[in-house]
Amino acid sequence: MVTPVYDTKHIHQLLEAVSDPEIPVLSVNDLGIVRDIRINGHQVEVVITPTYSGCPAMDMIAENIRFYLHSCGYDDVKVTTVLSPAWTTDWMTETGKRKLEEYGIAPPNRLTRDIDAPRRCPRCGSTNTREISRFGSTACKSLYQCNDCKEPFDYFKCH
Amino acid sequence: MNTQSNLPVSYILYLADNNLILAQRNSEWCGHGPILEQDIAITNITLDLIGQARMLYQLAADILNQQNGNQEATEDTLAYLRDERAFSNVLMVELPKGNWGFTVLRQYLFSEFQYLLYKHLSADATLSAIAIKSLKEVTYHVQWSREWVLRLGDGTSESHQKMMDAVQDIWMYTGELFDAAPFEDAPVLQQIQTVWQQRIAETFEEATLTIPENVFIQKGGKNGIHTEHLGYMLAEMQYLQRMYPNATW
Repeated sequence: MVTPVYDTKHIHQLLEAVSDPEIPVLSVNDLGIVRDIRINGHQVEVVITPTYSGCPAMDMIAENIRFYLHSCGYDDVKVTTVLSPAWTTDWMTETGKRKLEEYGIAPPNRLTRDIDAPRRCPRCGSTNTREISRFGSTACKSLYQCNDCKEPFDYFKCH
Repeated sequence: MNTQSNLPVSYILYLADNNLILAQRNSEWCGHGPILEQDIAITNITLDLIGQARMLYQLAADILNQQNGNQEATEDTLAYLRDERAFSNVLMVELPKGNWGFTVLRQYLFSEFQYLLYKHLSADATLSAIAIKSLKEVTYHVQWSREWVLRLGDGTSESHQKMMDAVQDIWMYTGELFDAAPFEDAPVLQQIQTVWQQRIAETFEEATLTIPENVFIQKGGKNGIHTEHLGYMLAEMQYLQRMYPNATW
C-alpha cells in the first residue's frame, strides 16, 4: 500500500501517469487541462477544463484521474470541471508538443492570430504539406498530407 | 455550480434546444456523408453542438433546481423527457437533413447566427463561460460551412441549381431567428440581424447565390409550435429513456 502525500506538487507529478485516451502519448498535464489541485484535509480535488465542449474523452479522463489517485492511496478524490477560462492549445506543454510530433501528430503551430498550420510533416520533416480536411479523427485535429513523402498525418489544431 | 442568473431559464433552454435538435438532425449523416472526411467533419461539428447543448442544459437544470428547491431536473431529463410543445428551438433546425447542399447551407446560416450571438453573450454574467468556449468551436463551423456554400454555389451548374433550391427551401425559416420571443432581447437581436444579413450577402455574392425577396416568414418554434418533423425526431431520440427510464450504458 502506498502512503498518500497530501501535497499539490506531488499530486500534480502523479497525474503524469494519466493520459488522454484518444492520444495516449499525452498526459493530462501535457494537454494543459489540469487547472488546479486543492487539498482539503484528506480530500483531493482536481480541477480540469474540457478541451472541446463535446469531447467524449472528458468523462473518461475524469474517471481515470479518480481511479489512478485511488490506486495511489488517496481515498477521497473529487474531479471538478470548470469552463472558464476556456482551454487553449497555448496551455499544451513543450514536452507535450515534442511527444505529439514523435507520435506522428503535428503539434499546434500558430502563424497569425487567425491562421495556423503544421510547421512540418511529422514523418519526414518537409514543410511542403497541404490540408485535406479541417476535421480529422477527433474534433481537435485536422487532416493533412505531406506533398513530399505523401504520408497523410493528423495536425493538432490551434484552439 | 452556484448560479445567480438574470436571464430567464426559457432563454437558456431555447439556446440548448437549438443546439440539440440541429445536432440530432446532423447526426443522421453519420456513415452517410458524401466522402469520409466530410462525414467526419459534419459529425465533429455535431459533437460540438451536443457538447454546448449539454453545458446549457446543465446550467438550466441548476437554475431550475435552485428555483424549485429540489434536484429533479438534469441535462438528461431536459433533453429526453420534455414533449414537443416544450421545445422552443427555431423551426429551421428541425427540418429534415435534405441533400448535402441543404445541410451545409443550413449549417452556414445557423453558424453565422450562433457566432454573432455567442460573441454578444461572451459579456453576459451567466453565459460568458459557455459562450466564450463555444465561440471558438463555432468559428470553425462558420469557416467550414462557408467554404461548402462557396464550393457548391459557385460550382457546376447542377450544384449551383441545387444550392438555389436549398436557398428557396430554407429562406422562409431564417426570419424566425430574429423575431424576438418574450425571453429574448429585441434590440440586441436586431443588431445581430443587421450584421448577419451583411455577412450572408457577402458570402452569397461570392457563391453566386441570390437572396430571395419578400418571403413570408414562417415562425412558431420559439412558442413550441413546430413542424410535423420534430415529433418524429423526438420519438426516435427519446424512445429509449421513455421506454426504459434511467437506462444507462
